[in-house]
Amino acid sequence: MSLRSPLAKARGLGSAKSGTHHWIAQRLTAIALIPLSLWFVLSLVCMADMSHKTAIEWIHSPMAAVFLLLFIIALFHHAQLGLQVVIEDYIDGKVMKITSLILLKFLSFFAGLAAAIAVLKIYLGS
Amino acid sequence: MATDNRPLSPHLQIYKPQLTSVLSITHRGTGVFLTAGAFFLTCWLLALASGPEQFETLQAHISNWYGQCFLYAFVFSLYFHLCNGIRHLFWDVGLGLEIDTAYKTGYAVVAGSIILTLLTLCLATGGVA
Repeated sequence: MSLRSPLAKARGLGSAKSGTHHWIAQRLTAIALIPLSLWFVLSLVCMADMSHKTAIEWIHSPMAAVFLLLFIIALFHHAQLGLQVVIEDYIDGKVMKITSLILLKFLSFFAGLAAAIAVLKIYLGS
Repeated sequence: MATDNRPLSPHLQIYKPQLTSVLSITHRGTGVFLTAGAFFLTCWLLALASGPEQFETLQAHISNWYGQCFLYAFVFSLYFHLCNGIRHLFWDVGLGLEIDTAYKTGYAVVAGSIILTLLTLCLATGGVA
């Protein structure tokens, strides 16, 4: 027997105080990624050559390091939110779904953090 | 209440593909593909932080024909997802939801992402491998 009232059932998931959080975070990161991704592509395209030295020098500039970190944070947050919905929509079965979601969250944190650490190592290194 | 024998919605295959639905699923597809790109960005930055040898090895793969194919697939996907994402943001505030406007902006997204990809290709061949 459910203890929930018929009204609560009809309303769906109960208290919806944070139900819009995912939606808003996805839009916010999307807006941030418009200038950040354009800046990223343009920076790579405008590089004189793709040598190790040139790329390192690029990240040594504080401006590039900050923008690159912002890009990484917004990118992985946005990607993770988007893939979460794809998994929720297409992966069948509770166990598979939850396992995929946990794997997605862990991998996204891992890859995002690894990218950020790489940028910081280059920026702080001589 | 049994929920497992409710009628299913008709299978997608019986619908004629329309610009709006094709762009919608392409937005998802490019999103998933770009996530793979994000993971590749991590590899690229880690190689850069590891040293010249590791970086040159990875860069050699990117300069190769298969690397360039993937690179420009990423570039096109990025521009498509960006343009169509802006279209979605307008929809979110309630603009451009009329059917004919949705088609016009849909064609604009396709044209815009192709033009931006070609522009990037032109700029990049000016120096970057």
